Amino acid sequence: MTAALPDEHFFRRESGRLVATLTRVLGVHHLALAEDAVQETLAAAVEVWAFRGLPDNPSAWLMAAARNRAISLLRRERTARRFAPELGRSADAEAPAEPRPQGRLPEALRDDELRMMFSCSHPDISEDAQVALVLSLLCGFSAQEVAGAFLVSRAAMEKRLTRAKKVLSGSTTLFELGARDFHGRLAAVHRALYLLFNEGYHGACPDAVVRLDLCREAMRLVALLVAHAPAATPASHALAALMALHAARLPARLDEAGDLTDLARQDRSRWDAGLIARGLELLEASARGEVVSEYHLEAAIAATHALAPTAEQTPWGEIVELYDALLRVRPSPVVALNRAVALAEHQGPARGLEALGAMQGSERLSGYPFYPAALGELELRLGRATEARKHFRTAYRLARNPAESRFLERRLAECEARLAPR
Amino acid sequence: MSEFLLLYRLPAGSPDMPDSPRRMQERLQRWRAWFGELEAKGHLKSLGHPLESGGAVVKDGGGTVHDGPYAESKDILIGYSVVEARDLAAARLLAAGCPVLAYGGMVEVRPIRQM
Repeated sequence: MTAALPDEHFFRRESGRLVATLTRVLGVHHLALAEDAVQETLAAAVEVWAFRGLPDNPSAWLMAAARNRAISLLRRERTARRFAPELGRSADAEAPAEPRPQGRLPEALRDDELRMMFSCSHPDISEDAQVALVLSLLCGFSAQEVAGAFLVSRAAMEKRLTRAKKVLSGSTTLFELGARDFHGRLAAVHRALYLLFNEGYHGACPDAVVRLDLCREAMRLVALLVAHAPAATPASHALAALMALHAARLPARLDEAGDLTDLARQDRSRWDAGLIARGLELLEASARGEVVSEYHLEAAIAATHALAPTAEQTPWGEIVELYDALLRVRPSPVVALNRAVALAEHQGPARGLEALGAMQGSERLSGYPFYPAALGELELRLGRATEARKHFRTAYRLARNPAESRFLERRLAECEARLAPR
Repeated sequence: MSEFLLLYRLPAGSPDMPDSPRRMQERLQRWRAWFGELEAKGHLKSLGHPLESGGAVVKDGGGTVHDGPYAESKDILIGYSVVEARDLAAARLLAAGCPVLAYGGMVEVRPIRQM
């Protein structure tokens, strides 16, 4: 009997490849049919492989089976139109040629996934929906799974996906990688992948496994950009570097009990040295161009942390400067918050508190637990445990998942310990 | 030792396939693991085959033909295997580990008649 599957994400990855390729072959207006064909093909593979084990080349098997499945779905659809012409729109005029058989071309497959990625970042689709679409079409997430990752109801997510797919299948063709607006679209792809990664890294989904999956998928897709000449821009490299350097910290970010640990308290020996090396390599490769993107700056910040042997030995002044630069490129309250925290490390908690108080747009962080948590942390360092406790309580009420809650519980316990009579 | 035919059945019209590739792969892995265990313990006589849902039923001397084999049945036969076990009770225990049970299916255990 054949051994188990190549890896636990095999079906998910294949699903994305198959949908991308079938959509190219059939035409993007047949997106739904391509999705059905892939779904049925994977289902058939489960039944056949359960008994017979895996074929020698499971990917090629799936591609051939999906193509056949699509042909029979097309035939069925055409037959349905012939017998009920009012159901179909000008049947033959828009019916595509049947897919031509072709060998397995890794290059072409990679192109198909890239084109699908660019097609998902359609300007008429909202950023949130773009990320959902990428998860659905390229990462093989069901509507239920995407909904779980974003903490929205399945019905709401289905609606969002249906709308987005309608826009996508209404475009005349998949995005051409040589198109004139390539670079504009590439920026949207970067943004979608960045959001996907962040949803995994900082997101609200309580299931750590799901969040890890989101990070992994973002990294797989950004690797496609880096491996493909027209998309392998300095910003693509910087984005890949940023993901690798952050992902390197994941093993230390959750301690043995599954609790969140902040950067200063992380056991740095648990950082993934391989990912750090890869991240630094990518960052080096990203320095070719003239433009310094927000991804360059974020990656540089992550690299500075990665290279510091301890939290105390971090060159905090450099980090503050990088945040200053990042604020100029992408002003955002979260960036300002992080800058203030770095400033506190560099020039003391009082300066940090001052910066937090002076922050523009801090009201936009009213639902974000780490703003009050930062206030609490700095108050605690100044020895004002009562003030600190007040902020940590606010933060605790805003916690978005059990890991955050437990983290903030421990900070509250720290305040209580300081306040307890000796 | 006796031989038993295991018939894997799903209720007709049941949503028998999970909608996400991850769940499908989980299902496949469970089947592979189960067959692997049966084989490792020497119970697996014949892996058998998965069955398509279509087909035909021929009866009345060939005069009557139904489109589906399950036209008059509430269940769809999705596959079969042959296992070896000490007795029916032991065969039932083997069947209790079948992955089809986890998604609403059932296993029919039938002793194979010995001469």
